[in-house]
Amino acid sequence: MGSQSIPTVSVKVEFGGGLELLFANQRTHRVALLARLPSPASGTAGPSNDGQSDVAVAAAAAGRPADVAYLIHWLRDNLLTERPELFVEGETVRPGILVLVNDTDWELEGEGDYVLKEGDEIVFISTLHGG
Amino acid sequence: MPPRTCALCNDARAILKRPKTGQQICKDCFFWVFETEVHNTIVEAGLFKPGDRVAIGASGGKDSTVLAHVMKTLNDRYDYGLELFLLSIDEGITGYRDDSLETVKRNQQQYDMPLKILSYDEIFGWTMDAIVSQVGKKNNCTFCGVFRRQALDRGAASLHVDHIVTGHNADDIAETVLMNIMRGDIARLGRCTMICTQGEDTIKRSKPFKYAYEKEIVMYAYFKKLDYFSTECIYSPDAYRGHARAFLKDLEAARPSAIIDIIHSGEAFEVREEVKATQKSQQTCKRCGYMSSNDLCKACTLLEGLERGMAQAAITDRARKRLDAEGPAPDNLRTIPFFQNSTTPGTSTPVALETPS
Ligand SMILES: [Zn+2]
Ligand SMILES: [Zn+2]
Repeated sequence: MGSQSIPTVSVKVEFGGGLELLFANQRTHRVALLARLPSPASGTAGPSNDGQSDVAVAAAAAGRPADVAYLIHWLRDNLLTERPELFVEGETVRPGILVLVNDTDWELEGEGDYVLKEGDEIVFISTLHGG
Repeated sequence: MPPRTCALCNDARAILKRPKTGQQICKDCFFWVFETEVHNTIVEAGLFKPGDRVAIGASGGKDSTVLAHVMKTLNDRYDYGLELFLLSIDEGITGYRDDSLETVKRNQQQYDMPLKILSYDEIFGWTMDAIVSQVGKKNNCTFCGVFRRQALDRGAASLHVDHIVTGHNADDIAETVLMNIMRGDIARLGRCTMICTQGEDTIKRSKPFKYAYEKEIVMYAYFKKLDYFSTECIYSPDAYRGHARAFLKDLEAARPSAIIDIIHSGEAFEVREEVKATQKSQQTCKRCGYMSSNDLCKACTLLEGLERGMAQAAITDRARKRLDAEGPAPDNLRTIPFFQNSTTPGTSTPVALETPS
């Protein structure tokens, strides 16, 4: 990658418990997101992956780093094929959908505030389908 | 955020926040507490005795799949001495039940339990697909509920089991409490929180997951990599239940103890004797021998309506009167095979079980 490329973070997303039906009936997806959210205040590229000081400086200029809350919105806008109300409610997933970050309950990882890292695995499971 | 340590063993990394207690626990401690709590529920309610033949009502869905797994685990670990069976009902719903039955057949192998599948078609002569094509999608859940209950009892009788356990979890029970309150069905409210129900004539039914949260059941299935089927029934727009469920999930998101709190509220209601007495005394159906509070059981009434092309007959009183006005049921009417509640092993013919494929 050249220095001009916009930093992205790529993660694996998995759907279960019937949620996959809203995503073209495909359980596993690889998605690459901008590492930092596009922000009206920033016209510049984000920081490089190494160098903490760069990150700190750029954080003010660019938007916030891509987190799970952003991923949820991105999935709704880009991958969801039907019935968004079954996936998203307000700013987060619909109650009754469990989220795991690298096989850990997202409630232990800060929920939507968890900042995505390269190679993370995010799992969404509906608890609402069938007994 | 640094990894959090398990609140129970103080050693391994926590992977789950328990909705009931807020505790952060590791995977092994989670399996252990989940199983132990179900065991405690079973022991405290005295659900089983050694030698009992127990059928697990298996739909292939998450709850009954986890129930089968946990029942097998506990039966081995604590020497319950139970003979376990899987009992599945094939409602005859193309693209839904046929797929979930494949899951049950895999469970039969994975858990090494005998499986019995009974279909609406063989008992009632009607599949749900055929029923829906006649009655539409409005009242079909009434048919399905009545038929499933009787089909499970008939399946249990044919397996000579003493007991049916179902995967109803704490969320389901809390939802039913709410629905009974909203419908003013106080007689049912008194019964719906009972862990075990048994009429004089009916096979004992119980809910070992009464206090198990849906979140933990799904997490258990996920971490154990259990094989379950999850698709909504294509005919199930039970809108009222859907609203109750969404409301309950919103409450749970705001305060996770809401589910257990609602169950406790349901348990704490004292239902007056007169209200309980509105349930009519049980007799047996004159046509099929199944327990009933009228001359004809609900299933026979529904079936007669279907057969005579007046499917609404069993749903509203007015339609029933119209059916009665048409005269008595014709002699050649299709009926349900006579029900014999034989829970004593060895008193009737052996059962045809599914052969493991
Ligand atoms: Zn632990
Ligand atoms: Zn009958």
